[in-house]
Amino acid sequence: MKFAVIVFPGSNCDIDCYKAVEEAIGQEVDYVWHTATDLSAYDAILVPGGFSYGDYLRCGAIARFAPVMAEVVKAAEQGKYVLGICNGFQILTEAGLLPGALLRNSGLKFLCHQAPLEVVNNETAFTNQYAKGEIVNIPIAHGEGNYFCDEETLAKLEANNQIVFRYAQGSNPNGSLSDIAGICNERGNVVGMMPHPERAINQLLGSEGGKRMFTSILNAWREQHGAAVNS
Amino acid sequence: MKATVYVTIKENVLDPQGTAVQGALHSLGFNEVGKVRIGKYLELQLDTNDKNEAEARIKAMCEKLLANTVVEDYRFELEG
Repeated sequence: MKFAVIVFPGSNCDIDCYKAVEEAIGQEVDYVWHTATDLSAYDAILVPGGFSYGDYLRCGAIARFAPVMAEVVKAAEQGKYVLGICNGFQILTEAGLLPGALLRNSGLKFLCHQAPLEVVNNETAFTNQYAKGEIVNIPIAHGEGNYFCDEETLAKLEANNQIVFRYAQGSNPNGSLSDIAGICNERGNVVGMMPHPERAINQLLGSEGGKRMFTSILNAWREQHGAAVNS
Repeated sequence: MKATVYVTIKENVLDPQGTAVQGALHSLGFNEVGKVRIGKYLELQLDTNDKNEAEARIKAMCEKLLANTVVEDYRFELEG
């Protein structure tokens, strides 16, 4: 299985994503520059955290028009796995791959700490190794992670089981609507989340709660490609 | 021709920056201040004198990039 980690000017969690793939599942992984126009070699695309294009205008607003994003949209349409983390989540909403938008944290502070998350949907390619309702610790690090969408969209997200993670009851750090920490598209192959699973793959980092997101995706890919595949 | 674009957070969406500034104004004794909303102000120089064309182009720019219409409203003025 082969992963792409998209690198925009201003990405700063790209190395963490790359290392997480190496350490958690030992699969092939490449950095792919934002000007790339071909992602056909990859099975999964990681859109990492950071401050793409300086986050000028709005988080993710400029990155969404980078040449590589047309390829990310194409990969999503083909059913490949796309995971946007933090700034990556903001970019995926700006690109229209996921509904809603991320607003400034309601408490105005930049937050950087472990967050207990409830696994709401364990049927996605990214969460199949978790139990439904399980609480996992995955750190957050953001100033604009306050998820917002209109009522109609929220009802749709709930009806289609598109809410993947919620901040555990009573722990909503940023004012997110309905405690939402991560969502997926209708098909379930595109996930966006504010917490950083790539920073939680080893107890040395304070938690390994994010590791199973990587084993989940390898598991999903192997199921899709036949259990005999070893690479 | 010059375009002035104002991007503001929608009325029904929380504006934490505005709320913080409102609190600061109150603590300075400006108690007459009700709600405060913070937005963005952009000046764009356009190389056209055709008002209709400029209007259509600015609208497209706002819809595509300058505002996120999920959470923001925009309005603009043209002069020159």
